[in-house]
Amino acid sequence: MRIPLSWLREYAQVPADATAEDVMAELVKVGFEEEAVHRPGDEISGPIVVGQVLSRVSEPQSNGKTINWCEVRVVPEGRPQTLEGDGIDPSGVQGIVCGAHNFVVGDKVVVTLPGAVLPGDFRISPRDTYGHVSAGMIASVRELGIGDDHDGILVLGTLGLDPELGTDALELLGLHDEAAEINVTPDRGYVFSIRGAAREFAHATGTPFTDPAATVTVTPPSGEGYPVRIDDAAPIHGLPGCDRFVARSVRGINAAAPTPTWMSSRLRLAGMRSISLPVDISNYVMLEMGQPLHFYDLDRLRGGIVVRRAAVGETLETLDGKVRQLSPEDLLITDDRGAIGVAGVMGGASTEVSDATVNVLIEAAHFEEVSIARSRRRHRLPSEASKRFERGVDWRVADKAAQRAVDLLVELAGGTEDAAVTDIGTPPSTTTVVLPAAFASARIGVDFTDEQIVTTLTDLGGIVERTADGFAVKPPSWRTDLATPEDLSEEIARLVGYDQIPSTLPVAPPGRGLTRTQQQRRRVVQALADSGLTEVLAYPFATAGDNAVFGNADAGVSRPAVKLANPISEEHGYLRLSVLPGLIGVAKRNHARGFHDLALFETGLVFWPAQTMGTASIPPLGAKPAEDVLEGLYGGIPDQPLTIGAVFTGKDTPAGAGHKPRDWDWADAIDAARLVADVLGVELVVEQGAHQAFHPGRTAKLSLRTGEQVGVAGELHPRLLAEQNMPARSVAMELNADALFDAAADVIVARPLSTFPVATQDVALVLPADIPAGRVLDTLREGAGELLEDVSLFDVYQGAGIPEGHKSLAFGLRFRAADRTLTADEASQARAGAVALAAERFGATQR
Amino acid sequence: MSDFPQKTADRPESVTGPDPLDEAAINAAVEHALDAIAAAATLDELKAARLAHTGEKSPLSLANREIGRLPKADKAAAGKLMGVSRGRVNKALAARTEVLEAEDAARILVEETVDVTAAPRRRRAGARHPLSTLQDRVSDIFVGMGWEIAEGPELESEWFNFDALNFKPDHPAREMQDTFFVEPPEAHLVLRTHTSPVQVRSLLERELPVYVLCPGKVFRTDELDATHTPVFHQFEGLAIDKGLSMADLKGTLERFARQMFGDGAGIRLRPNYFPFTEPSAELDIWHPGAKGGPRWIEWGGCGMVNPNVLRAAGVDPDVYSGFAFGMGIERTLMFRNEVVDMRDMIEGDVRFSEHFGMEI
Repeated sequence: MRIPLSWLREYAQVPADATAEDVMAELVKVGFEEEAVHRPGDEISGPIVVGQVLSRVSEPQSNGKTINWCEVRVVPEGRPQTLEGDGIDPSGVQGIVCGAHNFVVGDKVVVTLPGAVLPGDFRISPRDTYGHVSAGMIASVRELGIGDDHDGILVLGTLGLDPELGTDALELLGLHDEAAEINVTPDRGYVFSIRGAAREFAHATGTPFTDPAATVTVTPPSGEGYPVRIDDAAPIHGLPGCDRFVARSVRGINAAAPTPTWMSSRLRLAGMRSISLPVDISNYVMLEMGQPLHFYDLDRLRGGIVVRRAAVGETLETLDGKVRQLSPEDLLITDDRGAIGVAGVMGGASTEVSDATVNVLIEAAHFEEVSIARSRRRHRLPSEASKRFERGVDWRVADKAAQRAVDLLVELAGGTEDAAVTDIGTPPSTTTVVLPAAFASARIGVDFTDEQIVTTLTDLGGIVERTADGFAVKPPSWRTDLATPEDLSEEIARLVGYDQIPSTLPVAPPGRGLTRTQQQRRRVVQALADSGLTEVLAYPFATAGDNAVFGNADAGVSRPAVKLANPISEEHGYLRLSVLPGLIGVAKRNHARGFHDLALFETGLVFWPAQTMGTASIPPLGAKPAEDVLEGLYGGIPDQPLTIGAVFTGKDTPAGAGHKPRDWDWADAIDAARLVADVLGVELVVEQGAHQAFHPGRTAKLSLRTGEQVGVAGELHPRLLAEQNMPARSVAMELNADALFDAAADVIVARPLSTFPVATQDVALVLPADIPAGRVLDTLREGAGELLEDVSLFDVYQGAGIPEGHKSLAFGLRFRAADRTLTADEASQARAGAVALAAERFGATQR
Repeated sequence: MSDFPQKTADRPESVTGPDPLDEAAINAAVEHALDAIAAAATLDELKAARLAHTGEKSPLSLANREIGRLPKADKAAAGKLMGVSRGRVNKALAARTEVLEAEDAARILVEETVDVTAAPRRRRAGARHPLSTLQDRVSDIFVGMGWEIAEGPELESEWFNFDALNFKPDHPAREMQDTFFVEPPEAHLVLRTHTSPVQVRSLLERELPVYVLCPGKVFRTDELDATHTPVFHQFEGLAIDKGLSMADLKGTLERFARQMFGDGAGIRLRPNYFPFTEPSAELDIWHPGAKGGPRWIEWGGCGMVNPNVLRAAGVDPDVYSGFAFGMGIERTLMFRNEVVDMRDMIEGDVRFSEHFGMEI
């Protein structure tokens, strides 16, 4: 809401020297944040004065243009020019070249004299042009920053102005005024008006307030006004869509009369364009009173007005020229020929007021908030009217606002007020809020006196009655948001001042600290970072292609993904099934910035749509849903497992003197996954795997001992890397962190340590090349029996001496007994057992 | 030594040394030896001197061998003279060896000198994302006050995100937060617009009283620019207990502010509106270390939990009351650590995280 200061001053005690900043500094105390300052004077400065054209000589130019050489008087005849400066003629008459032609000798115009500055830092100085020295400019409304019209210069007579020569034009046009723009929270619809803003300013400063509604004298109804009927057959939530309709008629207006500058300049500062006098008056009254109005051309109405819901298939051409399909939930204003407006949202074209309008019907109605909000959303028609109705308009101000509009039409457009008045409807039932005596003090933590409570609530416009155990409060008609003792407590605290609230530190009961899962997550993240990876946070939005490739191990099998209804970019229209595409995107961005050697990781949620997505309905607010309804809400929320992903490109370390960096490879990806498992104390089973995003021969399937797959690691598919413009041999891993967290043992049972000597033996086995080393290791463990303490693979060899299609694997075995020193024989026997089992399973032979 | 057979008797009489009773000759031999030892500049020269002056054919060894041939009465005197003389030479040898060995060791160490400034980085230095580090830091402060950390899903039911928080279905407040909806709309699922749904989840799932902090990722349909991002992080606090007032809210925030920004920090509340709190307030922090000098900075929102929120979670608002507050982690990082452009936090440029390392 933009508040022109001159307007605010009419109803609140704003010091004469107060700026928009000063006003905002007061309003922020009562809950309205500063948004902006609008001060045309910052952009424009004088000398800019009223002048009169004394002579005008048209001079055709060689470039085809015709210019006018004018003499313009800028001080009244017989008086001296008091202004001084380069190019200001002491005679009081300026010679000015003007390109516009929409004026005649004798017209009063706005003259920007040398030294003036116009919006856009346009500095006026005498200049040689078309064979003359042009000492100033005759200004258009656009040059002055007060309108779009650039067809010609501003002739003051067209605004109905006839000021004395030399008058400060900035003052005349309201350009010394300024506006404070504040943010009005959705609960305070009444502050979308000068009336509300002035009241809040008074609250903030403790100064008197004049209610603009109280300054209007409403003509008492006499006789039948324009026939209006409210016929809402389908109220929303049982509330009638319209509960008051005031209709007033003004006849014989001159709709083409100019809008006075005081009005147009205030409208402009408030952010509205001046359109025509009747439209400007309706906007002006809305801004002043907070009551949206609609003006109909009375002669274009056919029969009485009926306020009703739309029929199926009904249409309306709105003021913006669009034909709109109406919904049976839309509340309409209709006449005998059908819809003439969507109530409170936008009027229809057929009854629109034009310059030719002579007789006007003014509508000041009260519409129900939800009905307006839905129609506005349905038709995507945000308007100044709907904004106010949605937030609640004072039921009681309708007749005052209508009268104010009548008065302005009479005064400015020369109309005559109809004595007959229509004012139908039912006032909303008045609520009384019970405020127990100590309630506000307990909630706020300040010992409010009874007097503070009564004074603040009365200042708000409420009617406060003391009762045996507190107060009974009737909120004012413009504060429909005040319905509970909590609401009243806020008002008391707000007006007394939040700075009066003391500080006390509540003591929470002893807590459990971080949960096990929270600690696990932290350890994993920290371990990955400690091991040299860089944590990044990518957006969880994915393309359909990302999800098709990374979300499913097998091509062609399409796991569904969650689709966004209103994505930022259509391309990234889904929630991710994998964190890897995001990491690849981040890697590419770093490559583009010259960083090629990367080890990136992210921990974040991925989104797996459930069988049942969400719930068909939503329980009402303010009550705990029944258990089965709650279960439904929980159950409809898709699985969102915490996922860890890592991507490696380029080299492992920076090159250095005496240090040769290594290319990241598939084993690094597996090792990062192992690190995560190690940190959690979970055994990770690594097997040959397959995933469409990965190299078919260099992919590890990562599982728990139970067989549950928890991830994948290895080299990314060369084709995918090429398509993605990623370096060849880039590697990646992804793990379901939640599954790993769950698999971690609650208690780790200690193992007794044998202090007897160790016996080590090596063995090299020749076996078919396609047998995975991991399986051989498992087999050796099994075959060696309980004396085996540890076995490790230390060499893989293929080539001379090894048959085609075979490989040699070299293992180191460590044997130790719990209760004795092993003899060489015992160790050899255990080793032989291991070899025998490998021979049986894989046809392995000792080399 | 006496167990071993004496071999000296068998040695051939090829060379003879000075007379072991000729003190002047022996002393001259000793002086000669001492000079040679002192003159040895290297361990090799010292070795040559040792051979020449203590070796089998050295004058002193030869003289020593002569003792056996002396008459019994002279043997003692000669033995003593020779013992003392050879002792002097051996002592000098040992001393000189020690000196030369020390010199040698020192020389080797000097020769082994490296240029430590050319040391390569053999390990990669990893880094946490500062948003994640800051989230941990904030959590730790509240855990230290006995609070617990609560979490919830990012794809959330509209009921938890809005209705349970007292957002009326058709009220403009619902549009204050530009919401991401998912298909199909009838499913009533949204990307949570704030971490507040975790408030209601916590109240439904936990025993009262509840003191929880809910950090996490949230979503609004804003285009990414220097000050906006569609995906960002918040932390939200909720305390529900008997008899809590707005003064308790203020005290908690003050304590938190001081732990984050030092003892000079303070807070200020300004009236505002949120559907889920009544009264509601905007929270400003007095940041003593702000760039360009101490000043008030808008930090977040807070207020006393609206009784409708408690009712939605089955908590009796006549018995329990409490407060909630919420701040943006990105925003906090921006003014705490002087991050100028929001995009630096989002784009994953490794320089951003690596500059912070493990700290914040």
